[in-house]
Amino acid sequence: MRSIRAAAVGAVTMSLALAASACGGGSSTGGGSSDSPKTLTYWASNQGASIAVDKKVLQPELDKFEKQTGIKVKLEVVPWSDLLNRILTATTSGQGPDVLNIGNTWSASLQATGAMLPWNAENFAKIGGKDRFVDSALGSTGAADKDPAAVPLYSMAYALYYNKKMFAAAGISKPPTTWDELIADGKKLSKDGKWGLGAEGSNPSENIHHAFVFARQHGAEFFTADGKADFTNDKVVAAVKQYVDLMAKDKIIAPGNAEYAQNQSISDFAKGKNAMLLWQSAAANLKSQGLSEDDYGIAPVPVQSGTPGTGDQINSMVAGINLAVFKNTHNVDGATKFVKFLTSDAEQKILNTAYTSIPPVKTAQEDPAFNSPANAVLKDTLAKSAAALPQVADESQFETAVGTAIKDLFATAAAGRAVSTDTVKSALQKAQQQMPAK
Amino acid sequence: MTTTAPAAADVRKDSPGAAAHEPRRRPGRIRRIGLPYLLLLPALILELLVHLVPMVIGIVMSFKELTQFYIRDWGTAPWSNLRNYQVSVDFDAPVGEALLHSFLVTIAFTVLSVGLCWLIGTTAAVYMQDTFRGRGLLRALFLVPYALPVYAAVITWVFMFQHDNGLVNHVLHDQLHLTDKPSFWLIGDNSFYALLTVSVWKGWPFAFLIVMAGLQNIPGELYEAAALDGAGRWQQIRRITLPSLRPVNQVLVLVLFLWTFNDFNTPYVLFGKTAPAAADLISVHIYQASFVTWNFGTGSAMSVLLLLFLLVVTGVYLVLTSRGRRTSDV
Repeated sequence: MRSIRAAAVGAVTMSLALAASACGGGSSTGGGSSDSPKTLTYWASNQGASIAVDKKVLQPELDKFEKQTGIKVKLEVVPWSDLLNRILTATTSGQGPDVLNIGNTWSASLQATGAMLPWNAENFAKIGGKDRFVDSALGSTGAADKDPAAVPLYSMAYALYYNKKMFAAAGISKPPTTWDELIADGKKLSKDGKWGLGAEGSNPSENIHHAFVFARQHGAEFFTADGKADFTNDKVVAAVKQYVDLMAKDKIIAPGNAEYAQNQSISDFAKGKNAMLLWQSAAANLKSQGLSEDDYGIAPVPVQSGTPGTGDQINSMVAGINLAVFKNTHNVDGATKFVKFLTSDAEQKILNTAYTSIPPVKTAQEDPAFNSPANAVLKDTLAKSAAALPQVADESQFETAVGTAIKDLFATAAAGRAVSTDTVKSALQKAQQQMPAK
Repeated sequence: MTTTAPAAADVRKDSPGAAAHEPRRRPGRIRRIGLPYLLLLPALILELLVHLVPMVIGIVMSFKELTQFYIRDWGTAPWSNLRNYQVSVDFDAPVGEALLHSFLVTIAFTVLSVGLCWLIGTTAAVYMQDTFRGRGLLRALFLVPYALPVYAAVITWVFMFQHDNGLVNHVLHDQLHLTDKPSFWLIGDNSFYALLTVSVWKGWPFAFLIVMAGLQNIPGELYEAAALDGAGRWQQIRRITLPSLRPVNQVLVLVLFLWTFNDFNTPYVLFGKTAPAAADLISVHIYQASFVTWNFGTGSAMSVLLLLFLLVVTGVYLVLTSRGRRTSDV
């Protein structure tokens, strides 16, 4: 009897210890090792129209890499909605992939976890040096005073997509360059069940991207220089109000867009229900929905006045995907080789062409393939008038808190209720109070 | 294991005469008392691993300042003492205020959903007692919502609730002209009713199934006797059916309450990671606190508070209902 009890206690203790150590995370392997030099696991973000499309694009390249180096790469394409949670889980358990894609706006947040291999001078030297990358893309790889947590892989920028036929029918000869022009055009286009502009009102991230651009155009930032949340200053409030007013006051966005979160506004644009769309690298998506490239034009996102440029004339966030290496990889050499491979000129051309994005590698960007009129707009924006979202550790919380506040404001506007400066301010105040105390 | 095997062999060898010798009774007792425990051990260990260990870890986490800076090795996160709990129950500050709001929404939602599920399920079950053509088919149809995978079912509702192309607005606005303009169901205040509709649609077949099983146990003679005494249909339901169903209903309501209160899938598929304020159920709210805003410590504290609340409610309910049963037995 006693021995059974002892055995039971032993078993229970052991299972507890096992569970506890499993949850504690594999922090013992601090800087990565090369214990298994012949294999790698790669989590790719879902970039194409479907996961199958991504596999079709990536697998031949991985085979090429295996031929060159003898390292086999196991690919898993992770949908966007799961990616951040998967990364968090892998961070906690220590059982993650070797190499992975991250949304570039998460860089600083994931950097704070300490789970990603820092890209110091030595590591950058292994992939050809930091100078190979465009500055704006490097701006969203982590906090300014730390070694980057990732390297840029695909770059994207927002542009104004407009339907040429609908513009011609409404007697508009050129795309708008300022918001006043966009509103005036939008009013001409919003009739007979059709609308001037599309939006994804229920998607917090999408809301944040636009609010950020408007804030910059008002000369405002969401965070103070020392990293404290500053969502309620008058300029930020005015910026958010200006964005929501496109639906609430100007009425050039359909109220129904307030509940969009699954890229329905792209479909609406492809079907000719919206004449304009503010989107990043939509070409591949529009094509798959049957809209020919001749039917739409691409112009820079409008500014308050004049033309896009630096300072207050920012008209896009630096959008894109970064490539990170998990710190506790068992194949740190192979992982670095793989990063070098994916950021090589040849691969950059292949992958960015497939995803209609812009290479963040300078030499690859020069390729004629990225000089079409559409790409020229995106390239120009990235070079001159795009800015990275705040590179602060609580960027992830900021996206949710402010993005959700704007979602609620759109819901208010859609229900036909007034959205005043006070309404916006109190929503942003609530969002700010939800941020972690500092 | 090694110690029990010889003991068991001992017993087998000596068992015929075991009763005669006092000292020899111990191995027999081991077999009688020890063996069941031994057989339970694998289940016990699994139970520990699957439920208790995470629960204990969750409780430990709720006392830690667990943010993105520490999730890689959460053991190193600094202790925050009761701060996570203070933040959660400080109803004047935004985090506590939002939690209280979410709690009240969940209570209202649960009471309405469980009530309606029970009412519809019981009504359907009572009517299904009568034999008529197509009863089997109808019974099978009733169970469809219960049998469907949650995701597939709820995503269909998402399409139906859409503002521009949804079936709900098409029927209510375009065909029946009940509203001035198409309503929003997935954002704003109406989202509460959308959530309630889906929850009841999904939950009532379970009530129907359980009540139907309960009805099979009520002897037909009771109804015959009542009918002879001149009791009408309603009186039979009130005086025979409902009292006989009492034990079944006690379990049913408790299970429905716990499921509905903790339901995560329905609001998550319906609204995504951030639910509209009117339909911000507590399970999604805690998920958001933990996994969307990366405040794992506060999220754990909220979970512990929720667990305590459900324990208290369940305890009180069980005491009340068992007391009721005792008096009704007398």
